Amino acid sequence: MDSNDSSSSKGTLRLALLGNPNTGKTSIFNDLTGLRQRVGNYPGITVEKKMGFFEVESTPIELIDLPGTYSLAASSLDERVVVDMLAGKVPGNPPPEVIVFVADATNLLRNLFLASQVAELCIPMVIALNLMDSATKKGITINVAELSKRLGVPVIPTVATRDEGIDDLRSAVISASKSKPKFNPVDWPEAVNQAVETLSSGIQAGSSATLCPIEMRRLLFDANSAVGEHTHLPEERLKEIQAEARAQLTHAGYNPLAAEALIQYEYLGKLLEGVVHRIGETKHDQSESIDKLMIHRGWGLAIFIGMMFVGFQAVYSWAGPLMDVIDAAKVAVQGWIGPMLESTPTLQSLVNDGIIEGVGAFVIFLPQILILFLFIALLEDTGYMSRAAFLMDKLFHWCGLNGKSFVPMLSSYACAVPGVMATRTIEDPKARLITILLAPLMSCSARLPVYVLLIGAFVEPQYGSFIAGVTLFAMHFVGLAIAIPLSWLFTKFLVKTKAQPFLMEMPPYRVPRLKNVVHRMYEAGFEFVQRAGTVILAFTILIWAALYFPRPEQLVTNTTDSYLAEIQTAQQISEDDALRLIEDPESDESAELDNRIQGAYVNQSYLGRTGQAIQPVFELAGFDWKITVGVLASFPAREVIISTMGVVFSLGGDVDEESGSLRDALRKETWETGTRKEAPVFTLPTVFAIMIFFALCSQCSSTLAVIAKESNWKWAGFVFFYMTSLAWVAAVLTYQIGVALF
Amino acid sequence: MNVTLQELQVGATAKIKTIKTENSTNQRLTTMGLLPGTSIRKIQIAPLGDPIAIEFNGQRVSLRQAEAAFIELEPQ
Repeated sequence: MDSNDSSSSKGTLRLALLGNPNTGKTSIFNDLTGLRQRVGNYPGITVEKKMGFFEVESTPIELIDLPGTYSLAASSLDERVVVDMLAGKVPGNPPPEVIVFVADATNLLRNLFLASQVAELCIPMVIALNLMDSATKKGITINVAELSKRLGVPVIPTVATRDEGIDDLRSAVISASKSKPKFNPVDWPEAVNQAVETLSSGIQAGSSATLCPIEMRRLLFDANSAVGEHTHLPEERLKEIQAEARAQLTHAGYNPLAAEALIQYEYLGKLLEGVVHRIGETKHDQSESIDKLMIHRGWGLAIFIGMMFVGFQAVYSWAGPLMDVIDAAKVAVQGWIGPMLESTPTLQSLVNDGIIEGVGAFVIFLPQILILFLFIALLEDTGYMSRAAFLMDKLFHWCGLNGKSFVPMLSSYACAVPGVMATRTIEDPKARLITILLAPLMSCSARLPVYVLLIGAFVEPQYGSFIAGVTLFAMHFVGLAIAIPLSWLFTKFLVKTKAQPFLMEMPPYRVPRLKNVVHRMYEAGFEFVQRAGTVILAFTILIWAALYFPRPEQLVTNTTDSYLAEIQTAQQISEDDALRLIEDPESDESAELDNRIQGAYVNQSYLGRTGQAIQPVFELAGFDWKITVGVLASFPAREVIISTMGVVFSLGGDVDEESGSLRDALRKETWETGTRKEAPVFTLPTVFAIMIFFALCSQCSSTLAVIAKESNWKWAGFVFFYMTSLAWVAAVLTYQIGVALF
Repeated sequence: MNVTLQELQVGATAKIKTIKTENSTNQRLTTMGLLPGTSIRKIQIAPLGDPIAIEFNGQRVSLRQAEAAFIELEPQ
């Protein structure tokens, strides 16, 4: 959802924030920009693009937070974005005027590797030497003045978590925009220069593309560099040129794929000689002692299970009271607005039953999102997330995912909306996409009412509460059981991007920073509410209209007349008495008539008619037209099935899954036509077919909207299509096998 | 005889001899500073047998067994 944010006005200084992961880059970003941030995607890909804005000495500044990366190898999407952004190859995004490079003072050598790779772009640079407090604790001292002199760029010591050095960083950026200091690049050996020459003449012979030096080095050193696309050469031709250039390197005694690291590390190692001092030999630090427990083969697992239990208990149960508050607020607003629109029933229904009801049903997830992101922010900020992934990786690895899929999958058991948002913690784009595609199959809490209603009405009376409990438990594993083979299939045949190798830093444990945690929650919550205001609102109005229209005038009269006649015969009373009964607002008959009118409207609404028209498709699964209408009406949000069934069965919309009248109505329902005429509709095969259908079907517009946001509409459409067809096939199989067996 | 990182005992330290860079994980490891001569320690094997956790140059990294098999160590 981008991407017209390149509209930087004249006079705005464009900065890019660059650095390794886990260096406190996000903290620096938040310190510099405060809340003036905007999150989007880079055009056409799922990498998150974060921009922030601030002012120094009345100069407006635009800061792009580039993805954290260890190198420019350009084999992952994140790295590719960094190379493209810095080289000015992202449409509408000119290269930054100054790079703010965040380096971890406790691991300076490795951090400067990336800075040195970037040096050849000749973009002015300022280094924020962050985590100075951790370095001091570890007994590391750095001669900052000397470091700055040798690197050729200003170096500002910072402790971002305490806001230290941020003001110095601001002024350093402004002076750098004027004095334009450049990082002293490595002096490449002759063999590398010749190989680059070979590459460059080879490319120029076949293409008019202009590549900058940094891109040429990527093509030379990296096995599968995405930069290759920028040459506009056929893949085969490019491979030949690369092979020729690399052969020159090999001939000169370098392993082409390791040459860059060797040369750079040798250069940087010399540069840091005498600048970085360590007091005492590498003594065992706190992180190591904590890890002895956290990744212990027995204790580690126990602690992990305990933490997940507490975390998800919090998401599930703490959110409850807050969700009740939102629900009560929704009802209060409806009660307040309703009477004001009494004179215009259509508008009243649109506002109350359409907009407030629909958007309210989405916003109600907000507490869950906030608590889940509190949990995730704590896991990430403390450094525990990578340990959790370490413990769980094997479970996911064999079907193409990795350990980081665990938290999103588990949170999808509460709700797929926060679950899909939680996939942001997965760096590997392939694993992330597949996790997004499968998360909606996990049995979310909105499926529970359907299971409770049907198991309570049909399984429990027949087989007792033990079997009913087992059935309910088993229903929660249907989606998971299907997700496992699907994951394997998607990995193998569907998602063609190359899987990222699993290589994960396990950063030192750190005390989480309140500001970052709150920021993470705010960001997730804000985007979510924004969604409610746009896509969900549109969905909601569409479905409301399909259920509301048409409104034939004679419907009320016809329904009333036939009900009057029915009461007259049933109770043996005169027409006037019957009329008096239904006009008395306190009587059962009056309520019954209201429910019947409501039911009649829904049944002849566009959605109701569609349900009746396509019922034959669902007949194979044992659904009659009423179930079919309920299924169709549940596509925006599966939890509405209960109230829709209430309306369709003329009980009114206020029924719930424990409601005795709804259970009775279902038990009494018989086929109206066909060979099974008069036989009950809700037999066990039908009941299980319905439950299987709800377990697998994509009936949640909120989830689809979030999937579209996190990937794109194409994938959201795919999820809808695969889940819905899967649900239908599984429901038909369940019914047919059930009928054959019993 | 050469041992690989996969065969190294948990808790033991060794020096890197060669890294086979045909494997993209290992090219990444070199960019993180894992070069011939670097001293490396195996910290832990995950409870389910994969991946492993290693430490070099003061940083901890996790990688899978299959990749560790490509990293050869100096004989001890």
